[in-house]
Amino acid sequence: MPKRTDIQSILLIGSGPIVIGQACEFDYSGTQALKALKEEGFRVVLVNSNPATIMTDPGFADRTYIEPITVDIVEKIIQRERPDALLPTLGGQTALNISIDLAEQGILERYGVEMIGAKLEAIKKAEDRDLFKQAMEKAGLALPQSGYARSMREALKIQRELNFPLIIRPSRTLGGSGGNITYGPDDFKELVQRGLDVSPVHEVLIEESVLGWKEFELEVMRDHKDNVVIVCPIENFDPMGIHTGDSITVAPAQTLTDKEYQIMRDAALRVIREIGVDTGGSNIQFAVRPEDGRMVVIEMNPRVSRSSALASKATGFPIAKIAAKLAVGYTLDEIPNDITRETPASFEPTIDYVVVKVPRFTFEKFPKARDILTPQMKSVGEAMAIGRTFKEALQKAMRSLEIGSYGFEEKVLVDEDNREDQLKVLREKLEIPSSQRLWYLADAFRLGMSADEIYRLTKIDPWFLDHICEIVLTEQEINKDRSKAEPPTAAFFYRIKQMGFSDHRIAGLLGRTEQEIRSLRLERGVRAVFRTVDTCGAEFAAYTPYLYSTYEGEDESNRTSKKKIMILGGGPNRIGQGIEFDYCCVHAAFALKEDGYETIMVNCNPETVSTDYDTSDKLYFEPLTLEDVLNIVDREEPDGVIVQFGGQTPLKLALALERAGVKIIGTSPDSIDLAEDRERFKGLLDKLNIKQPSSGTARSYAQALQIAESLGYPVLVRPSYVLGGRAMEIVYDQEALKHYITYAVAAAPEHPVLIDKFLNDAIEVDVDALADGERVIIGGIMEHIEKAGVHSGDSACTLPPKSLSTEIQEEIRRQTVALASALKVRGLMNVQFAVKGEEVYVLEVNPRASRTVPFVSKAIGIPLAKLAARVMVGKKLADLGLTGEVRPRHISVKEAVFPFNKFPGVDTLLGPEMKSTGEVMGIDTTFGLAFAKAQLGGGMRLPRGGKVFISVGDEDKEKASLIAKRLRKVGFQIVATRGTVAYFESRDIPAEVINKVQEGSPHIADAIKEGEIAMVINTPTDAHSHAASYYLRRNALDYQVPYYTTMAGADAVAEGIELLEERELDVRSLQEYHAADCGKG
Amino acid sequence: MKAILALADGQVYPGRSFGAEGEALGEVVFNTSMTGYQEILTDPSYEGQMVAMTYPEIGNVGVNPEDVESRKPFVRGFIVKEYRSVPSNWRATQPLHEYMKEHGIVGIEGIDTRSLVRHLRDQGSQEGIISTLSENPEELVARGRSSPGLIGRDLVKGVSSQEAYEWNEGNWELGKGYRKIEAATEKKKKKKSFFVVAYDYGIKFNILRNLADAGCRVRVVPAWTSAEEVMALNPDGIFLSNGPGDPDAVPYAKENVQKLLGKKPIFGICLGHQIMGLALGGKTYKLKFGHHGGNQPVKDLTTGKVEITTQNHGFAVDPDSLKGAAAITHINLNDNTVEGLAHREMPIFSVQYHPESSPGPHDANYLFRRFVELMEKERRR
Repeated sequence: MPKRTDIQSILLIGSGPIVIGQACEFDYSGTQALKALKEEGFRVVLVNSNPATIMTDPGFADRTYIEPITVDIVEKIIQRERPDALLPTLGGQTALNISIDLAEQGILERYGVEMIGAKLEAIKKAEDRDLFKQAMEKAGLALPQSGYARSMREALKIQRELNFPLIIRPSRTLGGSGGNITYGPDDFKELVQRGLDVSPVHEVLIEESVLGWKEFELEVMRDHKDNVVIVCPIENFDPMGIHTGDSITVAPAQTLTDKEYQIMRDAALRVIREIGVDTGGSNIQFAVRPEDGRMVVIEMNPRVSRSSALASKATGFPIAKIAAKLAVGYTLDEIPNDITRETPASFEPTIDYVVVKVPRFTFEKFPKARDILTPQMKSVGEAMAIGRTFKEALQKAMRSLEIGSYGFEEKVLVDEDNREDQLKVLREKLEIPSSQRLWYLADAFRLGMSADEIYRLTKIDPWFLDHICEIVLTEQEINKDRSKAEPPTAAFFYRIKQMGFSDHRIAGLLGRTEQEIRSLRLERGVRAVFRTVDTCGAEFAAYTPYLYSTYEGEDESNRTSKKKIMILGGGPNRIGQGIEFDYCCVHAAFALKEDGYETIMVNCNPETVSTDYDTSDKLYFEPLTLEDVLNIVDREEPDGVIVQFGGQTPLKLALALERAGVKIIGTSPDSIDLAEDRERFKGLLDKLNIKQPSSGTARSYAQALQIAESLGYPVLVRPSYVLGGRAMEIVYDQEALKHYITYAVAAAPEHPVLIDKFLNDAIEVDVDALADGERVIIGGIMEHIEKAGVHSGDSACTLPPKSLSTEIQEEIRRQTVALASALKVRGLMNVQFAVKGEEVYVLEVNPRASRTVPFVSKAIGIPLAKLAARVMVGKKLADLGLTGEVRPRHISVKEAVFPFNKFPGVDTLLGPEMKSTGEVMGIDTTFGLAFAKAQLGGGMRLPRGGKVFISVGDEDKEKASLIAKRLRKVGFQIVATRGTVAYFESRDIPAEVINKVQEGSPHIADAIKEGEIAMVINTPTDAHSHAASYYLRRNALDYQVPYYTTMAGADAVAEGIELLEERELDVRSLQEYHAADCGKG
Repeated sequence: MKAILALADGQVYPGRSFGAEGEALGEVVFNTSMTGYQEILTDPSYEGQMVAMTYPEIGNVGVNPEDVESRKPFVRGFIVKEYRSVPSNWRATQPLHEYMKEHGIVGIEGIDTRSLVRHLRDQGSQEGIISTLSENPEELVARGRSSPGLIGRDLVKGVSSQEAYEWNEGNWELGKGYRKIEAATEKKKKKKSFFVVAYDYGIKFNILRNLADAGCRVRVVPAWTSAEEVMALNPDGIFLSNGPGDPDAVPYAKENVQKLLGKKPIFGICLGHQIMGLALGGKTYKLKFGHHGGNQPVKDLTTGKVEITTQNHGFAVDPDSLKGAAAITHINLNDNTVEGLAHREMPIFSVQYHPESSPGPHDANYLFRRFVELMEKERRR
């Protein structure tokens, strides 16, 4: 049956901000779905609060609402747009949860909206563990033994019937958050309580542990005629007990016989049929006991997921796109396979390579969080690699992570005298899974541990271990050649390259440089060839150039004679570099494709839109290392390479690429260096007569002390050799400086510490600008809400600025133009300013795409990244129709979203080190309402009454009293600690006294737990007060009480609450906002 | 140890030996299944052929005594990208290479199988040779060229069981293994079940297991058993099995089936389907590189549903040649070739693919029930 004609317009819900467990894979799936639905002629309405997504670009939906994803707001959108149908399965858990609420509250029925893809009943069957259990029993499928508890009493009853270890999973949370393992009764109660607290439905599942069992996932597609196909079986390298998002995973499954695989396949079919997902993709997880093959169903996601994005990239089968088409009535056999063209989508991909995904963690950002992997997801990104063998894919995946690893580097250097001690340490490292365990496996083999013992400790399947053993043995073989003068032969090179060894690692093993190895290898004629991902194991010809490298005979890359531009992507997501950069890369690809260039994308992040095979003309799914990028350059000989859009990853390669003769287009690597090199940059600013906070470089503690004294405290200190705010701190006095140098970062001649005067109480400003060599156009000036000292990625900001005078703004514009001209910027540039009083200081200049580019583009209605890409290939802004700054009438606010809830024990205070994973945007006609929307979008439910707890430092007391007054006016009561109450009373503000935590119960943390506090305003000032108030902030977070840790944030939220008293939030599409701005111009 | 794969058209692929040493000649085909190499090796339909696996890691689960489809492996030579000698699976009793050595199956690893597959796809299946004895490519190519090929060769007589026997095993279940079937002596049981005579052209055990699970008592008879002998057994239905090679090379099979048409319900699979096509007056032809794998989409034209099927055939029935003698019930959605036939009047049907799977998806299991329903209907008449 072809597509349905009884529906014309469809509402799609996105997944909101990037958080751990829900990242840009839903931009990928949503974007595919939007394209597919538009292609079929439907009118599509989209809601998503995340501005950094491609899907929220105004061209993808007919109406794009960048609004908070809450029931009230989505109802308003439904009311306005009256869609015929809602597609709930492409926006992750967020969209699914909201859709359940919309249906259960009768809103869909009221407006006659039909849920397509999966009906409420099916979603509930899959999501509600009780119903799921019943359904599985009905389908004759086994689950781990378990029970549900909604109270401690129920929990204890279940515990008596099962054996430890037990798994505790809270119902309906994202990415398994709150999930835990308990090995005995000691921590059972605490973990159950935590689970009950974080579950939105106050329920936990207590489950027989299948710890150490083998874990598998099947991606299943079903159409309304009940045709079902399995897109891909995935096997986890890490056994059960580690969240699949934190596990290394491998496609296809490796250690199942056909009989066992078919049992699993049959079970998957029964699951999707019993749950009743009408159409689309689902993900079903299984555990298999290694000793006897006993199989249990773990869970099912009745929607596309992170794993389906991975399966799509691993096979070339576009799950989300096909899910969208199935939802509107097509059947699998009516949809052609894009890659083969001749054959239909009603088949099961077969692959003739191995795919490995490795998660990327950022424990270093949260020093108090322990690097231990559990059923609760903690990774922030992932890299995928494709190789002809498992070893090749694995080693490529490792270097794709960009954590300075190029293979199995030694973590433990074998020391024969200390062998037993080393083995002891290693056993623990193997037994307790961490982000580093993969490398310890190799160390264990190096120290002579047997595969059996490693298996006993890790439960990693011996099949995987055997490969690592082989890699270690081969490393020793390579290492043996170290003393030989004769370099490796071509045959030997082929052998080790086929195993995935990087030139860098080979160089390390042979005691040579990477450059030497590369030259030797090329001299011997050993070069990478490229193979196609074609869904069919080469049975049919493929028409989509989706390629990966390997070392065999034939090359399938088909270089054309077209003008080619290569875009280097951003690699795995991490804090500080995520979807915003992928957005820019995708725009570059779109723009240059439109202009007739052949676009070539290089990236290794399977979650992204950039690695969709139809984003660019050619896709190379490869690690972003110098070696791998040069391999592609050698093959393609592009006319230009863009390194400005993918964040630090490609930028770091710029100089080396240029040295290797690659043509970098846009701003020159020399200019990039000029902006990044402290000394050179200082010289430039002096020449331009632009101010910068005074600073110095210390190579010893004494020197640091001297510099700090001369600059005057507070000072900003950071090591010179790391980027992105790592280990950056604001130091208020000599003691703290000493502490920093002693414990955090030792200043040494080879590792100097940079010290900047910290501009206390300054307003920070971000500017994005575009330049073409003739003209510099300001994209947007963003005023940060939080004061200087909070990392710009973590700070909320508003466009246009809210408190900067016209003069200051003009000065900022003048300096931006001067900098862009001096740096000869071709493309995008971002400048960070600090405004203190009437003075403007430059903090940083980045002549590249910044994190704020998508936000600004959506705020002003101009696709900055697209224009930048065109400028980089030689177009002029005037030709592109951009001759002046766009000054929108509406107010756009960006707010950051944090992963603190995934890291127990971590403080929620903001500082110079970036900690946020994502962002949301709020748009309205006033700052207060736009801010309120941003808060809502970020998950902070603004209270409309109740008790506000205020505890602030002395210097903030006056401001706090003003806020307290305003909040009282709109119906709040004030609760504060003694000192603050005294101050408030002196200003005639009645306030209730409550104990500080250290004053004893009942104290503020108790009140938060009891649900008595509606909002918390807490600004600590120094390290001591940080520690004292940590417990309070952590409680506010854990009990989901809105909290503000800066006066600026509190002030903004007060304004929002005041305005909400006057009128309700209303909604407006991006298209309408932009049309209004055009109308004005 | 070095080994060389040489194709008749001159392509040479050097690799390493695994499994038995020596030489093997045969038609080189590729199989796209990602699991089930042991079932593939023991599928008698591969007689006269050498198989290249598109999935690169082979040997992962070793071999076990259960996952066999016939009395021994029939694949002549096995061609893989990377052989894994250390298996990991709870049922594994032996690494694959030892099993291949025991049965004299020559294996070659380290082959760029993707290039090989692209070559076979573009040029069509080729005769070839794997050798661990000669390092002379020209000589090997020449010998590859001398391989007799499939057309016109009766490979069935070598693989068919020489004696008739009763089948007594049902499908495999996790934790239980194969179901053993007691010989049904009681009359009641006999009445309820259906007696099927299965022609063994190279039958896969899983067909027999599926028939047993569908409620059939099965007697397997040699491929050359006469129609009269079969009728003398008074079966409820007759089954025509899969098997190797060219259907035109086994005229006795066609002739016997012709005599059975209209007498009893008949169900044919693979070679059995092609023989049925011939018996109905149709013709068969050789496909360029055949269908060998577990992901082939087939549409049941009677229900409109799509099933993912296991296939293993180099020949196909020409639909026009049937001149309406039978209806086309199934087609392959990849290339629209005929996948199923049903006689318009007589209780006779056949499929080109393998509803018994093994290896592969179980989507088409329903065909065994369809056969039983046909016999039921016939019995009621």
